Amino acid sequence: MTLLDIQNLDITLSLPNGPLHVVRDVSLSLAKGEALGIVGESGSGKSMTALALMRLLPRSASCTAARMAFDGQDLPALDGPAFTAAIPGPKIGMIFQEPMTSLNPVYTIGRQMTEAAVARGLLSVPEARQKAVALLDRVGIPDPQDRMAQYPHQLSGGQRQRVMIAMTLMLDPDLLIADEPTTALDVTVQAQILDLLDDLRRERQMGLILISHDLAVVAQRTDRVAVMYMGELVEQGSAQDVLFEPRHDYTKALLAAIPRLDGPPRHAGDSAATDEVIAARDVTRRFTSRKGLFGPKRETLALDGVSLSVKRGETLALIGESGSGKSTLARILLGLDQPDAGEVRMLDRPVADLAPTDRAAFVQPVFQDPYTSLNPRRRLAEIIARPLVLRDEGDRASRLAAVEEAMERVRLPARLLHAYPSQLSGGQRQRVAIARALVTRPQALICDEPTSALDVSVQAQILDLLDELRRDMGLTCLLVTHDMAVVHEVADRIAVMYRGRIVEEGSAEAVLSNPSNDYTARLLAAAPRFGETAEDRQVAR
Amino acid sequence: MSTTDTTLPPVTAERRMTPAEMFRQRMFGHRGFLLGAGLMLLIVLIAIFAPLLAPHDPFTQTLSARMLPPVWSEGGNWDYILGTDQNGRDYLSRLIYGTRVSITIGLGAATVGMLIGVTLGVLAGYFGGWIDHGISFLLTAQLALPGLLLAMALVFIIGPSIWVVIGIVGVLHWTYYLVVTRAATQRIRSQDFVAAAAASGATSRQIIWHEILPNLLSQIIVIFTFELGIAILAESSLSFLGVGIQPPTPSWGLMIAEGKQAMFYRPWLVILPGICLFLLVIGANLMGDGLRDITSPEGRNE
Repeated sequence: MTLLDIQNLDITLSLPNGPLHVVRDVSLSLAKGEALGIVGESGSGKSMTALALMRLLPRSASCTAARMAFDGQDLPALDGPAFTAAIPGPKIGMIFQEPMTSLNPVYTIGRQMTEAAVARGLLSVPEARQKAVALLDRVGIPDPQDRMAQYPHQLSGGQRQRVMIAMTLMLDPDLLIADEPTTALDVTVQAQILDLLDDLRRERQMGLILISHDLAVVAQRTDRVAVMYMGELVEQGSAQDVLFEPRHDYTKALLAAIPRLDGPPRHAGDSAATDEVIAARDVTRRFTSRKGLFGPKRETLALDGVSLSVKRGETLALIGESGSGKSTLARILLGLDQPDAGEVRMLDRPVADLAPTDRAAFVQPVFQDPYTSLNPRRRLAEIIARPLVLRDEGDRASRLAAVEEAMERVRLPARLLHAYPSQLSGGQRQRVAIARALVTRPQALICDEPTSALDVSVQAQILDLLDELRRDMGLTCLLVTHDMAVVHEVADRIAVMYRGRIVEEGSAEAVLSNPSNDYTARLLAAAPRFGETAEDRQVAR
Repeated sequence: MSTTDTTLPPVTAERRMTPAEMFRQRMFGHRGFLLGAGLMLLIVLIAIFAPLLAPHDPFTQTLSARMLPPVWSEGGNWDYILGTDQNGRDYLSRLIYGTRVSITIGLGAATVGMLIGVTLGVLAGYFGGWIDHGISFLLTAQLALPGLLLAMALVFIIGPSIWVVIGIVGVLHWTYYLVVTRAATQRIRSQDFVAAAAASGATSRQIIWHEILPNLLSQIIVIFTFELGIAILAESSLSFLGVGIQPPTPSWGLMIAEGKQAMFYRPWLVILPGICLFLLVIGANLMGDGLRDITSPEGRNE
């Protein structure tokens, strides 16, 4: 029987420059105990659809639907208080993307978990506590009894997301909406959370709507998949059909854009060069923090005797989870941070001896988040030309020529020369960041998660671009990432970092097909993958 | 994966506005800001064209026409529209010239405070560590001082003049700038475009001037308008207490002080400068409020 039935949903946002139709004519339905995946890029309206169901749309949005029914009950007919009392919580539970901000930092886990059930008068305080402990245990939180008295900051991101899930289960909802539940988490944790959601759904005969930009993730865990693009539902069908027999062009493009882990790595160690251009020897970095002016010192060892060398012309991928120290190492290699012990050599000279502008001429960074890596107050022409200005290179005309050339290289239209970053999309911004890095014609790039803030299809374009530039300009590339599939696409060699140490290093082929370290094997196993070969299809069916 | 570029239609069909366009649109849609800015503009124009607007010389004493009431009261006449004061000087002309003093001191003191506060705030936010601790201590010390008392004592010791008043009011009003710019600098400093500039070999000075200060501009403008109102009130308080602007210079605070002996039978001597002060300060505050709404939070162009 149908649990959820949405017909012809329209959502319009009123923006200063006119109305924007974020969702157009979307119809969805879900049976009891069924899992539906909604896939789409950022801005495709997938989150808006879920928010409309929970009446959590932003104030500037208006929403109309021919029919919106949950369990036979007409939702628009309910007034505010009646809706709040009946639907969110006991009927529909929701998990959000960012576990770091979705729990209230000033209340204990126990209080937050029991609050809703007690306030609704469903359970007494001791009963609610008992249930909360049982649920925490179920979602895999160790020592649930002790955790009840802890605050969110004492838990890791994955644990917080588990707490969020347990919290929504406190009211036994019939439908669980998970809006990008794992995007902010590490790969190994991501697999665990998705497995947990899958198990819970089967166990409780609960409906599940899994919203994600990652088609691979969704297809593995759901019965049916709906693909959204620019506010419209372009394709809907069983997970197998959508995955293996996509009908709409967009779905095909989306599938083609997903980096794959199967087959041999694209760059099978084809670089024969051996001279090291960037080398780190026994680099150690400690961070000391103090609570207040006179508080006790706390030390964290971010890098523990790391040695790494990048050879001319190769792409070295540095893989690790958040907190493994990979970004700290990248910052030290860029000269943005000094190591406490050890040495970084660049072109066979200690990096400390190089003048900042000389170092900049040799190596340039590309950062993770294109939304913060461009100065919002400057026009593109100024942003891209800035490294040249800092090096006091050329005059106005020659700089403009260099900027135009760099923009052409990264395929940015020249009309954007005088645009501000706020007028660009995420992918365009990342192209600007790459153009800025290339304008001084460096020999090496250090890319810190250059695609993890971008949509899959944009990610493919940026990776292709980096690959092409690497070939054309003979760039040496250090790619910091957590995504095994990206590594598989572009890397010659791989170094795996875990808790401030390099645990494995070798050619891409060797590491990906035959990991010698436990942690690498776990990382590989956790990476979402789906095959497209005939064999895989047989197995899937 | 190399075939994806061609098959995807462009995601952004609508034209996005430039930050300047967005700013203009929000500005003209904000009633409070328009009212405040209009009021400020009017008062600044009056200050600039005071010699043309004033019907009499503000310093000429006509002893035969002392303490005349305004034109709408009994005994008032059109020669002296707002009446005269104890020394027979035209009140309207004195009020018009008074705007010059208030605007000069407001702008001057707010600028002095801005130079101190923004410099310290950016340094504390950018360098952190002991510099931050030191500057934060300075802030705590400043906040612990009784402002008006200190200003009175300082003016009394140094000797009152318009420049001394500007300096002292400014030196005592930098805390708000510091708090806001320090927090904003800390936030901006951790963003990747600062790291990108550093990786391109920019020095701290270049980063502060080119990357950080432009992003602080909107906050600084907002605080400046607020401080403008506060500085004008501070000057009036000092003048009222006799340690600010010295007679015969027409200052609204001083005029209120001079009129207070006659307050009960010539209330207009106190009420009129009071109204002027009120209009100027409310104009500054409305403008500051409006600017804050226009520039933040989601309007901030990032």
